Amino acid sequence: MGYLETRSARLLTVYLPLGTFLFVLLFPFYWMTVTTFKGKDELYDYSRFNPFWPTHPTLENIKKLFFDTQYPLWLWNTMLVSFISTFVSLSCSVLAAYAIERLRFKGSRYIGMSIFLAYLIPPSILFIPLATLVFKLGIFDTRLALILTYPTFLIPFCTWLLMGYFRTIPFELEECALIDGATRLQILVKIILPLAVPGLISAGIFAFTLSWNEFIYALTFISSSEVKTVPVGVLTELVEGDVYHWGSLMAGALCGSLPVAILYSFFVEHYVAGMTGAVKE
Amino acid sequence: MIPAAAILLFFLTYPLGLGVWLGLTDTKLGRPGVFIGLENFRSLLDDDVFRLAVFNTMLYTAVACALKLVLGLWLALLLNRNIAFKAAIRAVMLLPFIAPTVLTALVFWWLYDPQFSIISWSLQKVGIIDSYIDFLGNPNAARASLIAANVWRGIPFVAISLLAGLQTIPVTLYEAATLDGASRWKMFRHVTYPLLTPIIAVVMTFSVLFTFTDFQLVYAITRGGPLNATHLMATLSFQRAIAGGQLSEGAAISTLMIPFLLAAILFSFFGLQRRRWQQGGRDE
Repeated sequence: MGYLETRSARLLTVYLPLGTFLFVLLFPFYWMTVTTFKGKDELYDYSRFNPFWPTHPTLENIKKLFFDTQYPLWLWNTMLVSFISTFVSLSCSVLAAYAIERLRFKGSRYIGMSIFLAYLIPPSILFIPLATLVFKLGIFDTRLALILTYPTFLIPFCTWLLMGYFRTIPFELEECALIDGATRLQILVKIILPLAVPGLISAGIFAFTLSWNEFIYALTFISSSEVKTVPVGVLTELVEGDVYHWGSLMAGALCGSLPVAILYSFFVEHYVAGMTGAVKE
Repeated sequence: MIPAAAILLFFLTYPLGLGVWLGLTDTKLGRPGVFIGLENFRSLLDDDVFRLAVFNTMLYTAVACALKLVLGLWLALLLNRNIAFKAAIRAVMLLPFIAPTVLTALVFWWLYDPQFSIISWSLQKVGIIDSYIDFLGNPNAARASLIAANVWRGIPFVAISLLAGLQTIPVTLYEAATLDGASRWKMFRHVTYPLLTPIIAVVMTFSVLFTFTDFQLVYAITRGGPLNATHLMATLSFQRAIAGGQLSEGAAISTLMIPFLLAAILFSFFGLQRRRWQQGGRDE
């Protein structure tokens, strides 16, 4: 009942807390960016320079990151792994979700239930057995190991999300198509998928960010520097010895977060829909 | 299409079973083990570091989740008001959630630096503290710092999910409550809260699950130190299994996490049930 309160009360109870929240939530990003553009002499000298602003902005850290380390390679790996595993998971999930939602075979409800449970199994329980599996399959220390294991957490998530989405598509459309003699596959490709594009985008974006952020599998299954992903590479290769090069570390964090942030900024609404959808269903 | 679902189940349940099995053997890195029954679990129960890790995990989960719920709910309530730039604020607010955890954890590590922490510097300038805070140096400070970082990352998720729930509550209910002379607190207590409980239950289940099994944040910031004070079950199992090569022991630790997860899942299940009943909807 906003119209019942005075302006100053509103300022105190709404905008002040909100501002504090925003400040706290965003400050680390600001600090990361500022540190990235600071030179060596500025970085540790708070008395001569204002710490909250780079007095002499420099690209030194970013240059070092891209030319003296294998960072570009890690970026490429992360991109490759995320794209492929997202694509694989999405295609599997579409089939699975459609089957569970619409074919209505015996026990489909239980399978739907167990998919949800599978989504709740966290990677930190699975990484040890998966490591032995990966080793047995002979794909240890390859990108393939990641491409094959990421779907284990992506598929349940995407399937769950798409199931909810498919449920909103009216049955009648399919019945019409069936009467017109369309096969199940034709229905899926020509009717369901075009209608489910927003759902597919939500699931895709979400899956992509999830695999971009994935850490524990990449840390466990990868040991050579050239196949590492960004999070693992930055943490294991840039952090060395007792002296931390905060400038280049922050540059690494910034450049690693930017791609997802940009992708996210294009699809905010889809992302939010995916997130709340996953919880609400 | 059914095979797609079957393959998926196989790929998830098999590793899970294998994990439990590994916990019952004495497998080491590069050497297959033999069945030794509950030996690993027995030795773990006598292991001080493991018991400390269980305690830490509980503490970490309880405190972080409680804070996330309170702050997240508050933020959601704030965002649910008529405010300027709502969409923009909501979009920006999610950044901590989408940015890669490890990379933001690095930023926190830098913020917590013993010599160059900007937090200490600012507080000192303002005159609140005399000497720099040793964020990660002693056990309790390190725990608090990690919890803060976790809460920071978790708030947006809780807030956005609860906001979605808040938006489904009809405005008419609030109007009726206002006419009846309900105070702001009474409105929250008797209108918002009961209608929001199901969503809170689900969101908190997720939050508990992911906090309980957290790995990245701790591994990136403290690696379990100082003196194992911040080891969680997940980081300890990584340490034992991969860094130490004792695969079976690590697997046993992960296996012991399962009962807790089951409890959380059951909790979620009842949360969902109640939701269906509240909406007066049919049971599928």
